[in-house]
Order: sequence, then C-alpha cells, then structure tokens
Amino acid sequence: MMSTTEDRLATQGSADPEAAHNEVAAVQPGAGGAPPPGAAKGAGESAPVDREFTVEARSQRQQILSRFFHNKLAMTGLVGFLLLLAFGFVGPLIYRVNYLDLSSAAQSVPPGTNQGGRVYPLGSDAIGRDLLAGLMLGIQRSTLVVIIAVVISLALGLFVGALAGYFGKWIDNTLMRFVDLILTIPLLVVLLIVASNFPNARTAVGVAIILGLFGWLDLSRIVRSQFLSLKEREFIEAAHALGASNWRIITRHLIPNSLGTIIVWTTLAAAGAILAEATLTFLGFGVGPQDTSLGALISDGVQAASTRPWLFYFPGLMFLLIVLAINLIGDGIRDAFDPSNKRVRA
Amino acid sequence: MLFFTIRRVLGSVVVLIASSFLVFLMTAFSFDPLAQYRQVQPPPPPEFFESLRERLGLNDPLLVRYFDWLKGAVTGDFGVNINNVPVAEQLFGRLLVTGRLVIAAMVLAVLLAIVVGVVSAVRQYKASDYVFTVIAYILIALPTFWFAALLKEFVAIGINNLAGDKILFTLGDETPGISSYGTTSMIFWDRMGHLVLPTLSLGLLTFAAWSRFQRASMLDVLSADYMRLARAKGLPWRRVIVKHGLRNALIPLTTVVAIGVGAIFGGAIVTEQVFVWHGMGEYLIQEGIGKNDINVVLGWLLVSAFFVVMFNLIADLLYAVLDPRIRLS
Repeated sequence: MMSTTEDRLATQGSADPEAAHNEVAAVQPGAGGAPPPGAAKGAGESAPVDREFTVEARSQRQQILSRFFHNKLAMTGLVGFLLLLAFGFVGPLIYRVNYLDLSSAAQSVPPGTNQGGRVYPLGSDAIGRDLLAGLMLGIQRSTLVVIIAVVISLALGLFVGALAGYFGKWIDNTLMRFVDLILTIPLLVVLLIVASNFPNARTAVGVAIILGLFGWLDLSRIVRSQFLSLKEREFIEAAHALGASNWRIITRHLIPNSLGTIIVWTTLAAAGAILAEATLTFLGFGVGPQDTSLGALISDGVQAASTRPWLFYFPGLMFLLIVLAINLIGDGIRDAFDPSNKRVRA
Repeated sequence: MLFFTIRRVLGSVVVLIASSFLVFLMTAFSFDPLAQYRQVQPPPPPEFFESLRERLGLNDPLLVRYFDWLKGAVTGDFGVNINNVPVAEQLFGRLLVTGRLVIAAMVLAVLLAIVVGVVSAVRQYKASDYVFTVIAYILIALPTFWFAALLKEFVAIGINNLAGDKILFTLGDETPGISSYGTTSMIFWDRMGHLVLPTLSLGLLTFAAWSRFQRASMLDVLSADYMRLARAKGLPWRRVIVKHGLRNALIPLTTVVAIGVGAIFGGAIVTEQVFVWHGMGEYLIQEGIGKNDINVVLGWLLVSAFFVVMFNLIADLLYAVLDPRIRLS
C-alpha cells in the first residue's frame, strides 16, 4: 500500500560502511539475477594485502538478508509478529482454558474478575467464554485463514500471471481482459455475493478458501509485468539457447528473479486477508458462531462496545498489532529487495 | 484531447456492460430470488411460485433475461425488485445519501493527504514526520468498522457527555421524519451533523494510505534539479515548494485517488452499517444480497462501477492538465 519510492531520496549521500560494502558486492557477475548457489562465494577470496580493509564478496541473498536484519522497524515487526504467534500457539499450553467452555456463572465479567473459583484475566463474553483463551484461539484460526488464503492466491496468481506474461499473445489478452473485468467490481461485493451462497461454509477455513479464490487478481498482473520485462533479458535468451524447457525457465529463472515482488505481495496479501475476513464477518457473511477468528471476536466486540468495552478493546488491539507487524515486515522486505535503497532506516 | 475523451467514454461503456454481464452471471447462477417465500408457513401454493417466476422473468433463457435488463438499463430503468418496486427510484434516493458520505470523505482524505504528505516530506525524519508516519501505519492496520465504532461509541459519546448535549449524532443519516416537518435549513444542518462522524471515520482511514503516497511523490520532486534551480534563481522557499514542488507532486496522487474511489464505495458499505445509514451499502447488503435480489445487485453495481469508471476518466484528463508533457492520443 505504501510506495516503493518513499525513501529513495534518503539513499543519496548515505556513506555508511554498510552501503559501500554492498556496492562492492553488487558488481559481481550474477548480480542481475539470482546467482546459482556457490557461484558467488569464491569471487572475493584473493583480497589485496595492501588495502586497509578486505573485500568479501557476498551473495545477493546475504545482502538482502543483511539489509533486512539491519532494518530496525522490520525487526520490530518480525519480533512482534513472532511474539503474537507464540501467544496464540504456545499460550494455550500455559493458559489451559478452553474458549468453547461456556460458563453460566461468569457471563460478561470485566477483566480480572475472580468468579466461580477462577480468574478471568481479560474478562468474558455474554455466554461466559474466556476472552484471553478466545484471543489465543482467534490468532490460531486467523493464522489458518491467512495461510490457506495466501497459498491459494499465490498458486492461482503465479499460474495465471506466468501463463500470460510468458506465453503472451492471445493467452495474455484473454487472461488479462478477464482479470480487468473482475477488477471493475469492488472485491468486497464479489466476496459478499460468493460468500452468501455458502451459508454452511461459515468457518475460518471456508472463508479462507473464498478469500483465496479471489485474492490472486492483482498478483497475476504483477507477475505478468515482471515476466514481460524479464523474458527479454539475455540470461533468459541464454537459457533458451541451452535448450531449457519452458517449465524450467519459468520455475528456475523467472520466478526466482521475481521473488522480491512476490514476497512483498505475500505480506500485503496476508494483512489484506485478515482485514477482509474481519470485514466479511462483520457484515454477516464471514465466520459464523460455530467457529471463531480474530474477525469474529472483533465483530462481537463492536456490538458490545458500549456495555462491555473489554470485548471491544482487546481484540481490536490484538488485531492492530498483528496487521501492523505484518506491514512492517512487508516494508522491510521491500526495502531489502530494492537495490536502489541501501539506506538502513535509523 | 476531444478524440481521446470520446474514445475513452466509449471504452468505458463497453467495460460497464461487460462487468454488468459478469455480475448478472454470478447472481443468476447463485441467487434464488424466491428463497424468502420458501420459508413461509404454511407454504404458498405452487401457482404462487410459478406466477412470481413468470413476473420476474426467471423462466426465460439466461441471455434473454440479461438483454431485457440491459434494454431497460440504457434508458435508466433498472427493473423492479422482488416486491415490484422500481430499483432505479430506490437506488437514486440512496445514492443521494451515500453520495454525501463518499464525497465528503474523499474531500477530507485528499486535503489531509496533501497537507500531511507535503509536511512529512519537507520535514523528513523530523518529529512531525515520525508522528504522521506512526498515525498512518496505525490507521492502515485498523479494520474500518472497528475504527468507526471507536469514534462512535467512545469519542462521540464522550464529547456529547462532556457537553451535556447531543452535539454529534451517532445514528442514521438524518433525524427520522425531519424531512416532513423541518425547514430547508433545519434539514441541511441536521444532515451535516449526521455526516461528521461517518466522514471522519471513512476519510481518515482513506487518507492514511494516500498521505504516504503523497509523501513519497513529494520526496521524489524535492530532489529534482528544477527545484534547486528555482531556489538558486532566488525564488522564496514557500513559493518553490507550492508552485514548483506541489504541482508536480500532485500528479501521481490523481491516479491513486481515482483508483481509490472503488475502495471508498466498499468502505462506505461498512461505515454505513456501523452508523445505521440508509444508503447504498445497506441497500446492497439487506435488499440485494440478503434477499437474493438480482436487479438490486445489478443496479448497485452499475451505479458504483459508473463512478469508478468516471473517476478513472477524470484522472486521465486531469493528468494531461497537470502535466503538459503528456499528450493524450
């Protein structure tokens, strides 16, 4: 959602040793594409002895990782994201309360209430379910939503985009006009129409599949445009000349070279899937009462905002933290992959 | 320019027809308009269903049904809903309601995005830039309905309690019944009062992403040679920023705003739901998708797609006005 050019300006005049290091490393052969493993490693072994510093060649992957790991915001996002995942997946091993246990003794109790022989750290909802356990379960379910939705979208988007971008001609025209057409309809409306047909699929998995089936449109456009420009490059021509099959060229050359864009899209799509699931659920076409998710918790919370504010604040805060963490990671990855942006954000 | 406009308008008509056909197929295959009568106890006689099917044209072949609808749609007749009320009338009334919200939110979002984007770019890596960045990141990560509910339940009601009077209206698009007894100015101010919160919630969420974009494009412009030249020849700093910088930095934003119209319509659906507005969003969800009414969904889509396509066209034309180098041909 944020622009790639954001910090271009800042790259000028940055003279930290990190940047200089990267520049030296960037001139080695193979910097234009993903180098074959091991090819780049021996390049800088014989460093001249009269220099004050040694020039160590680094593979592109090392450079990207290093840029990412030196980005404080991205690392904050990554650590935060891992902590939230740990909260959702490891937390239930420590806090052994089943969210689905209804308690008629403790309905709508505020946070910290000691009721019926146990404490409700974050309170409970109208039918006595423990909110802390709910948040843990919600993170698990929402993780599942993201994984299913993104994997389906990735597969479809890569397939359609690769087909259109690599083979071109009428395949490209047909597929892209089709994508253009669907994109004229607001995605939310498409999702609503489709979801309204499956009243029995009101589970996290059902919603995730619907999200996945319609989440690939923008990816296919991105992949197509990447392939269109990449396939004219010399190394693809070389692969053709060596007799590589179309399949090999797509999977071993084109996709690895588009990896940066694809990964950035994946993070945006992950955040988008969580938001879309919540919106669908809020409008009554997403996760129903038989299942739970962050979207379901937060929708319930909105209904209860004035009477039981803890049901509103805590799921909302959890939601904000997750999406924020994913967006920070995504921005960090984008900066790391963008060779014109060597400035590590302070 | 004229030729370009005509060609784009014709192209847009084709897009509108094609996307309406797509939605028609989606809804015709999946919706059961008679569903609401199937639950009725005692069940209506089969003749009732048959006559309803006949009236709604459900017995005709698919293509015939679509062309019947299209024939009406080009003359402004969007057919009738299940209860035999013309869709065009209902939709128009609701468009006036939603239109208020969409336009107000867009104006707010664009103005804020430009101001905040320019300030952040000019004062890059200063305190104000960081504050705006943090705000934008938080707003982008929030679901529309949660933010709207936050404004409604806590901010507005808090302010009302402080003032001891109902300053901010939290429910509805106008006070019920006011249009029958109120004077014109009463109605106007009543509607304005109801507009404040929904506009804030939709406008602020939209502005967040746009301000980041404006910041980026302003940063690009600030480093351009002509900016340095303008300073070097002695123009005052403020004039350089506004006349030379801003004018050029606005060009990319026009595209983003034009593409964003669709998203604002989507956001309006959710915002209306929170503030209980009787606008197009409610119409789509309750009357259209909720009642499996094909004509309602088609009408909704045509209206929203019309605006999306129109704004895209306006953005293209605006592009040419803002950047004389672009020749439309």
